[in-house]
Amino acid sequence: MAEMVIKNGVVYDPKNGVDGERNEICIKDGKIVNNVGAGAKVVDAEGCLVLPGGVDGHTHCAGKINTARVMSPHDMRYSPIPGLSGPEPRTKLLRPQVGYNTPNTHAIGYRYSKLGYTTIAEAAITPMMARHMHEEFESIPILDKLALVLLGSNWQVMQYIQDGDSEMLKSYMAWALLASRGYGVKVVNPGGGSNWTWGKNVSGLDDKVIDFDVTPADILIGLAEANEALNLPHSIHVHCNNLGIPGNITTTLATMKLLEKVKASQDRQVMHLTHMQFHSYTGTSWADFASGSDQIADYINSHDHLTFDMGQMIFGPAMTMTADGPTEYRNARMFDAKWSNYDQELEDAGGIVPLAYSSQHFAHATMWSIGLELALLVKDPWKVMFTTDNPNGGAFVNYPEAQMLLMSDKKRQEVIAGFPDMTMDRISLPNIDRELDWGEMTVMTRSMPAKMLGLDVKGHLGAGADADVAIYDVKPDKVDVSVEHEAVKKALSFAKYTIKGGEVVVRDGDITALPKGKVYWVNAYENGIVQAEKDRLITDLEERFKKYYSMQFSNYMVEDAYVSRPVEMRPEVA
Amino acid sequence: MPVIKDVVCTFCGCLCDDLEVNVEDNKIIKVGKACKLGRAKTMGMFLHERIEKPMIRKNGKDSELEECSYDEAITKAAEILVAAKRPMSYGWCSTSCEAIEKAVVLAEETGSLFDSTANVCHGPSALATQEKGAPSCSLGTAKNYADLIIFWGCNPVHAHPRHQTRYSTMAKGAFTPNGKKDKKMVVVDPRNTDTAKKADLLLQLTPGTDYVLIEALRAIVNGHEDVLPDEIAGLPKAKVMELADMCKASKFGIIYFGMGITQTRGRYKSGDNVSSLLSDLNQTNKFVMIGMRGHYNVTGFGQVAAWETGFPMAIDFSRGSAYYNPGETGTNDVLMRKEVDAFITGAADPGAHFPQESVKHLYTIPAIQVDGYANPTTEFSDVVIPAAIAGVECDGTAYRMDGQPIRMKKLIETTFKTDEEILTEIIAKVRELKGAEGGA
Repeated sequence: MAEMVIKNGVVYDPKNGVDGERNEICIKDGKIVNNVGAGAKVVDAEGCLVLPGGVDGHTHCAGKINTARVMSPHDMRYSPIPGLSGPEPRTKLLRPQVGYNTPNTHAIGYRYSKLGYTTIAEAAITPMMARHMHEEFESIPILDKLALVLLGSNWQVMQYIQDGDSEMLKSYMAWALLASRGYGVKVVNPGGGSNWTWGKNVSGLDDKVIDFDVTPADILIGLAEANEALNLPHSIHVHCNNLGIPGNITTTLATMKLLEKVKASQDRQVMHLTHMQFHSYTGTSWADFASGSDQIADYINSHDHLTFDMGQMIFGPAMTMTADGPTEYRNARMFDAKWSNYDQELEDAGGIVPLAYSSQHFAHATMWSIGLELALLVKDPWKVMFTTDNPNGGAFVNYPEAQMLLMSDKKRQEVIAGFPDMTMDRISLPNIDRELDWGEMTVMTRSMPAKMLGLDVKGHLGAGADADVAIYDVKPDKVDVSVEHEAVKKALSFAKYTIKGGEVVVRDGDITALPKGKVYWVNAYENGIVQAEKDRLITDLEERFKKYYSMQFSNYMVEDAYVSRPVEMRPEVA
Repeated sequence: MPVIKDVVCTFCGCLCDDLEVNVEDNKIIKVGKACKLGRAKTMGMFLHERIEKPMIRKNGKDSELEECSYDEAITKAAEILVAAKRPMSYGWCSTSCEAIEKAVVLAEETGSLFDSTANVCHGPSALATQEKGAPSCSLGTAKNYADLIIFWGCNPVHAHPRHQTRYSTMAKGAFTPNGKKDKKMVVVDPRNTDTAKKADLLLQLTPGTDYVLIEALRAIVNGHEDVLPDEIAGLPKAKVMELADMCKASKFGIIYFGMGITQTRGRYKSGDNVSSLLSDLNQTNKFVMIGMRGHYNVTGFGQVAAWETGFPMAIDFSRGSAYYNPGETGTNDVLMRKEVDAFITGAADPGAHFPQESVKHLYTIPAIQVDGYANPTTEFSDVVIPAAIAGVECDGTAYRMDGQPIRMKKLIETTFKTDEEILTEIIAKVRELKGAEGGA
């Protein structure tokens, strides 16, 4: 592959200590290298912002989003952000595009690329449904992908924890990642998914799961310890119990404390807590509901065993989709909204409900504020991942909007000025004047997600990294983001260049090439589990399949045909 | 004798994946574990009217089909589609998702209308999902949990023969270890079907009154039984009360619904109301539904179309972008308006299943058929392209009625091209022809 050099850019590469310097970025064979020959193609960045390609470490982009699409013909025609939403006809290069919260696969690939994002992590898929997710992955162009596999209400997991059989738990976890070609372990409302099959839920860490003698706390500890014993690149990725309920901060703090006793197998968190905004509420009802971001931030500022992402809310229509089945049913009843549900045998639950967030509703305005408060009150940006929990809090095409909110106090105050009075004593955001700089923003949108996931080749521009680069038409040394946030937002929405694996895929906001992305997955089974344990697991699984599953064991595992560009990662065996 | 185990049956939406198939000299000689329908399809590869060669009509509809080469047929198909102003692509439900993906590309490339057999089947279920959502579960969940099974407007004994033993009435699961003994079964149908004969309760409602009955159940479940008349949907109120009580008493109930809901009076509004009933019932106990999909991969069509285009069916690519407005852009909508001037269909039989007015119009326009078997559609097709049978002669993906994807196996070798290959070659030819014309 031809060589390339990016000149005259203002480079932010926090992992390598580069903070707005005019470094050259050299690329060869799809990788960042230290230098290239004189014949290398020159990309003149003209003093513009140069960042590693964006990494979305938590997005709902393949799998249950497809049911959301079927539910949402209205969304397909909706276009609040021209160029990044709504129907667009095919071109000689591009397939037709539709949608805002639930775009078609091609639009997902094009639009993330336009934002300068190059890697995305599907946040929730059961092993049994992984084949479907990979079919959509194959159809999403350009981007590299990976998947977090739902194990928090899984029968095998709960059985082995109940039995105190940590070896079987480890073996199953490794096997489940292999079977689904998954990357990491996701835990959603631990135990609650299993109870939801009976139409019930759990109300906290110490509730009993109906059909197993385990609690959500047992599940979290069991999975976290197995995760570390397998030395997986990512920690467990947790959606706490009691999402969206006033007073849920108690559960969230208890969950954070619970994990203090687990030791990380490598230099990263032992738990990533996702969409923290939905889990940081004080109060006893919606009447006295308020932000608990200060308590959460205090805890995180004084502890180093966890990271979190914002789950920032965007005003306007959203599409909620989660394995948290009971939450979706509650949403549907509360808003008299349409409701889809899916209980996946032996594995987890799930639901889909369209919602709309209004700046004129104090609860929504408070939730919007909480996401920003969390990111601004936590001092170390390496603990914070930027997300909207796409499209639960809002569609990913709004990332530049939310990033500007973090970088401009003025912009925040303008929005807050329009909030109903009932909001004001529930939030602390009006008194927070911190504005993120480009280095911090780069950490939260690139370097931190890559580190949190254990993806060494992403999120930075050092030699050996994948040549995923975003160049934006922003002159960091000339622009005052705090004031000129509208212009900067536009620049972040349509990258000047997006380079993916050394190939220019976006030029001046338009897609120029459609390479096929890779799929990262973790094989901790092959070398990580000894043969005797593999035999023990398979014997047990065969029995389970015969009795309880609706498909044959031999047809269950995702076949090679579904992962055309795999990158297999094998953790070092402890 | 070599036995291929865990073969996926490609007949109905049950997609049973436990068949045992004996192959000798590239012939299927025995199919174990399958139902009559599945065995007949898998065994009967060459027993039915297999299309042996590509064929074209050279002198209009009344001339005979003449054998030709694949190249000739594919070129002719491409010429028809490129020349058309309002082409339509229809069917693609008894084939693999990989083929359906190609069918989407061809439709985009030719600015076609694009629709599936759901147009005359479960299409209204998708509309109901748009109205009120689809509270559902996997078939294995139902097997393990369901203690109340309601078959509404469907007849699995004949249409989905292994459904009851594998997934529903007779299946033994984690919380239903005794199978039928742990479950109640209800049938709602105007007919006393063979399924109904084994039911604990049969509600033989007046045809076309499904919506009324659902509405009555909602009233009872929500505590408003006093407003109901003595007779509902042709049934005594007491009988409706009995069903409502069974629903309320169950721990996990499921409604399996068929054409009796989707293609009778009320259509998608009945489906919408089923979802609403389930939403109500879930306040006290778990209740979900699954549509009894017919073609083994009609669910897959909806999935592929949704992720590729944003819409599950009835898509119009004539504007370059995907436009969706069922009622306007559904296959029979446009055929009845006589808008379509060229037609390609695969793995479906519109000739047998469409209203007469639609078929009459099809007889007046150039038609292309891609299929393994001759059927009434062959009678008016101008280009007939034989295809390998997915799940027997080639592998690929299919989605079960509950949305579970399973990989189909290739059991025997074939000289027939697959649907995917045929579509890929038509796409290439279309691009070549359009390139020659200087079109976009």
